[in-house]
Amino acid sequence: MFKILEKKQLTTDITLMRIDAPRVAAAAKPGQFVIVRVDEKGERIPLTIADYDAAQGSVTIVIQAIGSSTKKLCAYAEGDSICDFAGPLGHPSEFVAEDPAALADKRFLFVAGGVGAAPVYPQVKWLSEHGIKADVIIGAKNAETMIMADQMRAVAGNLYIATDDGSAGYKGLVTGLMSELIEKEGKQYDQVVAIGPLIMMKFVALTAGKYSLPIIVSMNPLMVDGTGMCGACRVTVDGKTRFACVEGPEFDGSKVDFDEAMRRSRQYRDLEERARKIAEERAAGHKCKIGLDK
Amino acid sequence: MANKIPRVPVREQDPKVRATNFEEVCYGYNLEEAQLEASRCLHCKNPRCVAHCPVSIRIPDFIEQITKGDIARAAEIISEDSLLASVCGRVCPQENQCEGSCILGVKGESVAIGKLERFVGDWSHANGATKVNVAPSNGKRVAVIGSGPAGLACAADLAKAGCEVKIFEALHKAGGVLVYGIPEFRLPKDKIMAKEVEKVKALGVDIETDVIVGRTVTIDSLLDNEGYDAVFIGSGAGLPMFMGIPGENLNGVVSANEFLTRANLMHAYDPEYDTPIFKGGRTVVVGGGNVAMDAVRTAKRLGSDAFIVYRRSEEELPARKEEVHHAKEEGIEFRMLCNPLEIIGDENGVVRSVKCIRMELGEPDESGRRRPIPVEGSEFEIECDQVIMALGTSPNPLIASTTQGLETTRRGGIVANEVGATSRKGVFAGGDAVTGAATVILAMGAGRQAAKAILEYLAE
Repeated sequence: MFKILEKKQLTTDITLMRIDAPRVAAAAKPGQFVIVRVDEKGERIPLTIADYDAAQGSVTIVIQAIGSSTKKLCAYAEGDSICDFAGPLGHPSEFVAEDPAALADKRFLFVAGGVGAAPVYPQVKWLSEHGIKADVIIGAKNAETMIMADQMRAVAGNLYIATDDGSAGYKGLVTGLMSELIEKEGKQYDQVVAIGPLIMMKFVALTAGKYSLPIIVSMNPLMVDGTGMCGACRVTVDGKTRFACVEGPEFDGSKVDFDEAMRRSRQYRDLEERARKIAEERAAGHKCKIGLDK
Repeated sequence: MANKIPRVPVREQDPKVRATNFEEVCYGYNLEEAQLEASRCLHCKNPRCVAHCPVSIRIPDFIEQITKGDIARAAEIISEDSLLASVCGRVCPQENQCEGSCILGVKGESVAIGKLERFVGDWSHANGATKVNVAPSNGKRVAVIGSGPAGLACAADLAKAGCEVKIFEALHKAGGVLVYGIPEFRLPKDKIMAKEVEKVKALGVDIETDVIVGRTVTIDSLLDNEGYDAVFIGSGAGLPMFMGIPGENLNGVVSANEFLTRANLMHAYDPEYDTPIFKGGRTVVVGGGNVAMDAVRTAKRLGSDAFIVYRRSEEELPARKEEVHHAKEEGIEFRMLCNPLEIIGDENGVVRSVKCIRMELGEPDESGRRRPIPVEGSEFEIECDQVIMALGTSPNPLIASTTQGLETTRRGGIVANEVGATSRKGVFAGGDAVTGAATVILAMGAGRQAAKAILEYLAE
């Protein structure tokens, strides 16, 4: 069992939890994720790591309550324990293994969308600890749904905010702000990293491509085990099938098939929908013309 | 004459009923049936069954104890060589091993050694643990990676010899393929598997779940920082293979590993549990091995019309005869000599059908089986809602890629000699992690062999 040391409500549906997990805390690096199982009947759900402290033996996760499992997890209180907390999984971000001298001159732009600010934070923090000040764009619907801006400001070079309604910072999409920084403010970058909803990552990758900037994205597909066993996390990168859990989660964003990834993310919703239809038609005695009832 | 008695049939759940539930298919023998079956053994002077058992269980000796009614003694005899009697009695391919070599099988039917082994194993679960002697502590600490058959067997032998043993399991439950892969209806999880794991724990073995070696810790950190004197790698072959055909990433195409893990480890068939799984409709399973049979029979139980698509003929099916027989009884359709070319989706990217081509058998290939050759112009479609790929698995590279100086084969297996020693001093390996996907009993045998080698290494 893994104890919830601290719980904080960041927005109405985004919760931060600091979990007692010394082994994961000692091994975690920026870019990695964990698999969490709330109780004996729960799913194994992949969640990004928002922070870690080896000395305290704790790992911070940020959860958006969207499905039944994330809602179940968010209903747990400080002091409660969850069944399983396994990781860190996936490869650390590439820069962790890069030559520090070469890294020192690299100008990073991180683009975080929604709850994607959480996994961006340990990357920017790591770079800051290694003397590199990265620029960060945080995008959100509005000021109320934006998370982690204060922590990010403390470790970033420049922090830029974009909200759909203009209630904080730039009014518009992160891609618009990104173009403005590059074109109007003459900002120069060597590497863009985008983490957030698939649709956002797709368009940040396209925008980065427009300026010939290398782009890394972090995929968060469906998973069961998270160790390479099930293949549920298949992502097509450069025409090849890759397992995001063991070969990712970070890939070259210019080569990821985002449309397939978006379709695959609704896999079980689609299948449940189809199962429901088949059951209904069978019950109604309808003869299906396309063979679904055979 | 003992061999005049026909082989005692084993009671099974009615096929029509069991195709709708996850209860065990085979009920096993009761004492009376077991004793009658045991009386058929000829007690050969040179028992071929023992020679064909990968762990050399003294088969005629334990069978003799069954005829005498001393089941406790029979359990002791088996436990000298195997600690997973209830598991192996259920899942070993006995027809190719002990039973396949039984002299009674030459003219008639072999002794039902597997069913007798299962009877003894289950009896000892129901009647208290078999007494096992554990040697006093030898002060040595061994880390075992993986709690499948190889790891459990290795850990048990090391603990009996006085080592302090800890098993590191990546998943949340101990048992490896026995809990994530083999379905409840072939190997009950709470009734049997949990008890087999408890037996190993009772020897003093500690099991830590949620530790992914290669990520959470490494072999180097176990040896250097956590003070282990030796490591055994029994991490299995968990990486699923796909065909590489168009449409394989459509929604509704899953690996058998994913489908079975959802059903078995995550209990997705039980509405009380949160993990989703596709139910109903039509399911095509591609492949002909035991895993394919497990997947197709699970799909059937979840309400699917379920099909096996296999590129060779029934003759070449690698699955156990018993599994194929059970599958057919349950109403699984076998589409032999056909091979998928493409998976076709609907406008939403959800599986709609599998496009196959008919095959015919040509000359034998390197495996000795007749090579399937496509019949030109014979393409056809099978409509379905789900496709499950059961094409085999390969070893997970996670450990090899994070351990200095650990040699692997071209296929990703860890290189180990006949006793399990790897290229790295103090690091041993066995089971599917070395051989690629094989059987439970071979993995168990490799685990025991490595335990012996580890004890010798520790004594140096």
